Amino acid sequence: MKILVAIKLVAALDEDFEIREDGCDADPDYLDYQLNEWDDYSWEVALQLAEKFPDKIEAIPVTVGPERAEAGLRKCLAKGGERGIRVWDESLEGSDPMVIGHLLAAVAKREQATMVLAGTLASDHAYAQTGMCAAAELGWAHIAVVSRLDLDPEASEANVRRELEGGIEEELAIQLPAVMTIQLGINEPRYASLRGIKQAKAKPLETLTPSELGLSPQEVGEAGSLSQVRRMYIPEKGQAELIEGTPAEQATRLAEIIKELRGDA
Amino acid sequence: MAEILVIASHRSGELNPGTLEVITAATELKQATGNKISVVIIADKPDQYVKALSVGGVDEIIKVSVPQAEFQPDYYESVVLAVADERKPQLILAPHGVDAWSFMPVVAAKRRYGCATDVFEIRYEDGKPVAVRAAYAEKMHMELDFPHKETVVLTIRGNTYKPSETSATPAISEFQAPAVEPRTRHIGFHAPDTSGDVDIAQAEYILSIGRGIAEEDNVEQFNELADQMGFTLGCSRPIADNGWLPKSRQVGQSGKTVSNCKLYLAMGISGSVQHMAGMKHVQTIVAVNTDAEASIFNIARYGIVADLFDIAEELKQHFQ
Ligand SMILES: Cc1cc2nc3c(=O)[nH]c(=O)nc-3n(C[C@H](O)[C@H](O)[C@H](O)COP(=O)(O)OP(=O)(O)OC[C@H]3O[C@@H](n4cnc5c(N)ncnc54)[C@H](O)[C@@H]3O)c2cc1C
Ligand SMILES: Nc1ncnc2c1ncn2[C@@H]1O[C@H](COP(=O)(O)O)[C@@H](O)[C@H]1O
Repeated sequence: MKILVAIKLVAALDEDFEIREDGCDADPDYLDYQLNEWDDYSWEVALQLAEKFPDKIEAIPVTVGPERAEAGLRKCLAKGGERGIRVWDESLEGSDPMVIGHLLAAVAKREQATMVLAGTLASDHAYAQTGMCAAAELGWAHIAVVSRLDLDPEASEANVRRELEGGIEEELAIQLPAVMTIQLGINEPRYASLRGIKQAKAKPLETLTPSELGLSPQEVGEAGSLSQVRRMYIPEKGQAELIEGTPAEQATRLAEIIKELRGDA
Repeated sequence: MAEILVIASHRSGELNPGTLEVITAATELKQATGNKISVVIIADKPDQYVKALSVGGVDEIIKVSVPQAEFQPDYYESVVLAVADERKPQLILAPHGVDAWSFMPVVAAKRRYGCATDVFEIRYEDGKPVAVRAAYAEKMHMELDFPHKETVVLTIRGNTYKPSETSATPAISEFQAPAVEPRTRHIGFHAPDTSGDVDIAQAEYILSIGRGIAEEDNVEQFNELADQMGFTLGCSRPIADNGWLPKSRQVGQSGKTVSNCKLYLAMGISGSVQHMAGMKHVQTIVAVNTDAEASIFNIARYGIVADLFDIAEELKQHFQ
């Protein structure tokens, strides 16, 4: 069976940043890209399963994004796996999680995958939507915020736990095929070895366009999205009183605040 | 009259208080738009929630019986879609909790409704909803609209609206749940590990460390500092996930709420929504962070833009 793992290269703002001219996003010059933290965990889930059942399970990382997104795939492949898939063309500019989920579903069908893993959320915009949109398109069983996954590739269902508020977990059985979103802390993601990093450069990456996956122009970009960003702005700052000075001065003031509050001046 | 559907959330027989916050959000929109508010309660025995849901501007409670007491995505989706097909609501709202994450985007995706998650402000402009949510780790906000969408699905951030308290006398109706085969089966709940050495939920003075401490070897010096200051050491999630401190020290949505805390000193914590869920209410929050734009400064009473190791070193001198 194939496990597709959705990988997102997330953007983080530089300390000083500016807003794009159209006012709808940050200026890309001020963005740093890295692999979404959650995706490290879901890739590790898939790798561990592939290692446990070497002849039965293949783990494949998939990303939707321009060429720079290949860095995310290579980062995964440096730890294991044989090949990656990237989906992109210009028409995907401005796509929301619905469109991304739809594309992931199309890749899952094409690969005849049995499981799609996505991150619980991505640290850039925290939509927490993409995996479940893929599930809706596929019509598969699904559950979000999975904190433990036991899978036997011969069985028709998997045993999972999902994390609830307050750290309680719900144990449940889920039928396969399934889409799950993976939570932080489910495992300890490995580090890539230097050898792995080198090998990853030679591993094949397949590039697909939305039309190759059967999506029409109405199903991508803004037309296929469920929402549209019409403005991004820097919110008003909160009321924090800044304690200025050298670290010694700042610490002195902080100690005063603590002692005053506690009445042990 | 156009309608707002609120999907109630509950667990182990308790209504999720976020539902009452969402009802407040809906009530504000009702005042602005004249929409009717209907709350959908999906449970094995929906009657038990009717009284608690008869609040604010609720006009109708739609009871839907399903075979399982606890949340199950296939039941929730099929019910919400069936109700929405019949009622054609303008908005479908639910609290932005982990249950909603498993079904609200699916509802939206299946009908191509408009959709936005983790929303903390909703307004109407030219008769159309506009939703506001955060971007880039809370450093920016984004405004979303939903062109050509008759129905919009929104999940509402917790602690944004006050829970509705005024009582109401809504009409009560019943709706027949469509027959579906659920594809997940509830097995049981597992309580979090409480074998921790301290009860952070009860601590009054907390020094909490985050990913800014960089390495496991650095934990010990903060342990000592906390001791010296008479503070209890807490942490953000990555510290617990890495196994550097026990899970019982973790503050936040999936950890503890520090209900008794008088002073919360956050060092090297960025201020994610999930962390803030456990400490935002504390009267005196002091944040130490090298990033002047970190969102923790938005809820802190005092901010110190500095390297946490420098501050820790200096602070020690004052608590010998
Ligand atoms: C369902 C769910 C539940 C969650 N539950 C929780 C929860 O209960 N609790 C929780 O904490 N998180 C929780 N999270 C995770 C949360 O989203 C964040 O990932 C986490 O809170 C980030 O922790 P952090 O602030 O320590 O790390 P980061 O966000 O990485 O922030 C580190 C900060 O340290 C600063 N820094 C770095 N070096 C220094 C230095 N030398 N001096 C001073 N500052 C420095 C940086 O500027 C940065 O702001 C949850 C997530 C999900 C999806
Ligand atoms: N562009 C993308 N390409 C591949 N996977 C994605 C993409 N965007 C989101 N995902 C997946 O969806 C998860 C949650 O992202 P989000 O719904 O944006 O919060 C990520 O952790 C990824 O697994």
